[in-house]
Amino acid sequence: MLKVKVCFLFLLIACLSMQLMSCQENPFIQGEIMYENFCATCHMEDGKGLKGLIPPLANSDWLKNNQDILACSIRKGINDPIVVNGKTYELPMAGVTALTEFELANVINYINQAWGNDYGFVQINEVRDQLDACNARD
Amino acid sequence: MLNPFYKQMDIINMNKIFVLFTGLSLLSVWACDSQNISKEKLPIIGNRDVVDGDSIYHTVRDFKFINQDSVIITPETFKDKAYVVDYFFTSCPTICPKVKQQEIKVADHFKDEERLKFLSVSIDTKYDTIQRLKWYAEKLEIDPNQWHLVTGDEDLIYDIAGDFFHSAIKNDDAPGGYDHDGLLILVDKNRHIRAFCNGLEPEEVDEFILDVEQLLAQEY
Repeated sequence: MLKVKVCFLFLLIACLSMQLMSCQENPFIQGEIMYENFCATCHMEDGKGLKGLIPPLANSDWLKNNQDILACSIRKGINDPIVVNGKTYELPMAGVTALTEFELANVINYINQAWGNDYGFVQINEVRDQLDACNARD
Repeated sequence: MLNPFYKQMDIINMNKIFVLFTGLSLLSVWACDSQNISKEKLPIIGNRDVVDGDSIYHTVRDFKFINQDSVIITPETFKDKAYVVDYFFTSCPTICPKVKQQEIKVADHFKDEERLKFLSVSIDTKYDTIQRLKWYAEKLEIDPNQWHLVTGDEDLIYDIAGDFFHSAIKNDDAPGGYDHDGLLILVDKNRHIRAFCNGLEPEEVDEFILDVEQLLAQEY
């Protein structure tokens, strides 16, 4: 009986420490904080958006296929309707001007890898190039 | 091999801990149960006056709004029912989507409950036309039998906000042009406010659902 109890305690401690370790393994902590502060009120913490009003970021074909304009879309917003997973979303997105280039890279890497997404990674110079390109266009 | 004395001590300590845990869990079950049995009614929230020995409670004034289907909405719409009120606007870039997500959670919970309705009052009387409210309702898959998104006379919308304990202020410096809160308010059939929660806090909203259930169970 004592053995069983000791085993149980040991298992409990092992589970707890594994959980703690997996917390520290999240490489996108800053991106996650930025996401929660600037994006989650609309796109929600689970990235699922809101019905037909706000498009999902989790498992989103639009996000996957528009990697080259993400930095500009976040900074300047989106005014034209977009089609995400076959559904049209019309509500304009407000641009988030508060994020620096580094923060944009972090938040893009977070949404690219969160909720089971696997849409690759972006480097700071790529973000810079994207912003230069859309600044030149405007 | 452990020293038999220590082994003995360990068994005693272990058993003590297990007895303690069992006791605590039994106690918490009992505490929950006794709470359910002697549950007091939800309070009537707000200031009250005493006139000739009678308490006059805070009451929502008369109103006349128009909903997403061009139907006139008055207190008569909610006769013998309770309803949940929030203030919002369709182009709100800040808290509204999150509040709506939580309100949808409440509405889904009370899907087939005829005694509970929802009233979302838009504070953007210029942009949120009936067509715009209709568009918004369809995007959120809102059931028009359960949930009214309304516009109406601007003065009434801003004045009656206080009756619902909502704050709504035009402010050009605020994102989207309006300052407002994300409260969900429960109004009973006598036009009294009985419960509220912050629609941005999912745990508070879960408590609010219990409050609504309690009101319906005890007074309807």
